[in-house]
Amino acid sequence: MSLDTSMGMSVKQAGVDTRHGAILYLDDITVSFDGFRALNKLTLDISVGELRCIIGPNGAGKTTMMDVITGKTRPTSGSAFFGQTFDLSRMTEVEIAHAGIGRKFQRPTVFEQHTVFENLELAMKMDKRVRPTLFARLSSEQEDRIAAILRLIRLHGHEDRPAGLLSHGQKQWLEIGMLLMQEPQLILLDEPVAGMSDAETARTAELLNELRGRHSIVVVEHDMGFVAEIAQQGKVTVLHEGSVLAEGRMDEVKADDRVIEVYLGR
Amino acid sequence: MNRTSPLFSRGAWGLLAACTLAAILLPILHLALPDSHPLHVSGYALGLVGKFMCYALAALALDLVWGYTGILSLGHGLFFALGAYAHGMYLMRAIGRDGSYGSALPDFMVFLDWKDYPWYWAFTDHFWYCMLLVVLVPGLVAFVFGWFAFRSRIKGVYFSIITQAMTYACMLLFFRNDTGFGGNNGFTDFRRILGHSISAPSTRIALYLATLALLVGALLLCRAIVRSKLGRVLQGVRDAEARLMFIGYDPLAFKLFVWTLSAVLCAIAGALYVPQVGIVNPSEMSPANSIEMVVWVAIGGRGTLVGPILGAFAVNGLKSWFTAAFPDLWLFALGLLFILVTLFMRHGILGTLPAIRRLLPFGRAPATREEAA
Repeated sequence: MSLDTSMGMSVKQAGVDTRHGAILYLDDITVSFDGFRALNKLTLDISVGELRCIIGPNGAGKTTMMDVITGKTRPTSGSAFFGQTFDLSRMTEVEIAHAGIGRKFQRPTVFEQHTVFENLELAMKMDKRVRPTLFARLSSEQEDRIAAILRLIRLHGHEDRPAGLLSHGQKQWLEIGMLLMQEPQLILLDEPVAGMSDAETARTAELLNELRGRHSIVVVEHDMGFVAEIAQQGKVTVLHEGSVLAEGRMDEVKADDRVIEVYLGR
Repeated sequence: MNRTSPLFSRGAWGLLAACTLAAILLPILHLALPDSHPLHVSGYALGLVGKFMCYALAALALDLVWGYTGILSLGHGLFFALGAYAHGMYLMRAIGRDGSYGSALPDFMVFLDWKDYPWYWAFTDHFWYCMLLVVLVPGLVAFVFGWFAFRSRIKGVYFSIITQAMTYACMLLFFRNDTGFGGNNGFTDFRRILGHSISAPSTRIALYLATLALLVGALLLCRAIVRSKLGRVLQGVRDAEARLMFIGYDPLAFKLFVWTLSAVLCAIAGALYVPQVGIVNPSEMSPANSIEMVVWVAIGGRGTLVGPILGAFAVNGLKSWFTAAFPDLWLFALGLLFILVTLFMRHGILGTLPAIRRLLPFGRAPATREEAA
């Protein structure tokens, strides 16, 4: 039926071609809204297995960049590639999700009426067309995977609670857990510790360090202490007015005069 | 841990079986007991319950899209009417030469001086062909309308307004005599269905039982759907559509599925309605009718399936009594009822039950999802 065929191409399983070592290329991307350039000739690439932190003042274009990568916003010019072959500027949100990019929103977005378990079950990587979903049954293997993620995000014992009853920090972790259930190659996290207590922030840093190397991860964050915690010796990118201002290790970036001027110093 | 759960709890199965048996008992009481007996069920009462069951089926269909998927349709009256008209075409043909003009054509066509049936009346003298139309025409209308609306990501109140406009536009179309569906008089004066007299008690009881069977069947089908993973995806559309897209579900396909299914169920309700009330005309498509369906669902409790069925019975039962006792006041009463339910019973009759049970000393109700929100 047409319901199924219309979805046919998006279920094609992720064969991300990363032979050239990079999983994400943004090349000369510009996004203008009525003349305002949210992104201005942004060029950026992320290597396989890298954990990249992106910082920048408000309005630097961090969320717009996420929107371009996930298909929510189309670039006015420039190209965005996932691996060598997926042209992100031509794919829908759903196709991009199936290709292997998972995104966490700035505000925690989970299904509040569903239990923690059901949230993870919905996110699980599988055929997500109408008919297979109608007849889907969980295998014990899949239940084990959900249980493993529950432990990783420290929500075991909470699986039957409605997600709406979780604390703010727990919702953020649940959302990260949902991303992991999708088994993405690339994870985008938009301010994962916004509104978290210190203890929750420390736990989130621990969680991301556990995920390091297993997935390519892009973290957009304001909290400098948190960035220092997870960036370690990895690259940090500073965005300013829609393009890259500086890139390098955290200590290098911190010492950069232009960065100090626009962001850190003041 | 075992996560597969039965369709209903044992208590709910029992309740459902009891209600079904009680509904089967009514025609037996109608036939077996003499008119003077206190438990005798009049033909009028039986017809009323049959009509309410059609409304209940429509409310159930609406709950699937509104209660579970968060799509508020103010145009389901259209699908109900299309189902009724599709079946009505057969019933008109079955009148044969018994109309006032003694012609093979329906009276309204004779009146328009038409010499033959228009092309779209072809084969409508076959009952099963018309039953096919009952499903296909509203299904196709819903699919095409839904495809354009959902693809353009029209949501919320904008979608509701467009559905309202759609049913209104169709009402105007059907009011025209040239449309070929009897203009403002619609279809009426039915004589027989499948060779049986339409007014014979046995025919009326058969229609009543068919309605009951389809209502119960539709309830089980809807329950199976909302309890499946697909049901959880539909609720995801309602609660966080963006999240659903980014974890890889295409909301368009799921919305189209449930929207079309709902339209077809509503059309079946209309098709069962027309032989029981004996008339269908364009006023079935008036915006007020569709809004009244929404009121049944809201009062019964949306997102509960059983609630809308209760709501359809409760509101229409009240309406039957009220319009007889205080004919001028019904719309005020309906409005007041809607306001009171919205203010004090946000989850409708059924959604409020757990809270009431907990207040009682012997009540023991688990927290429901609704309360978690």
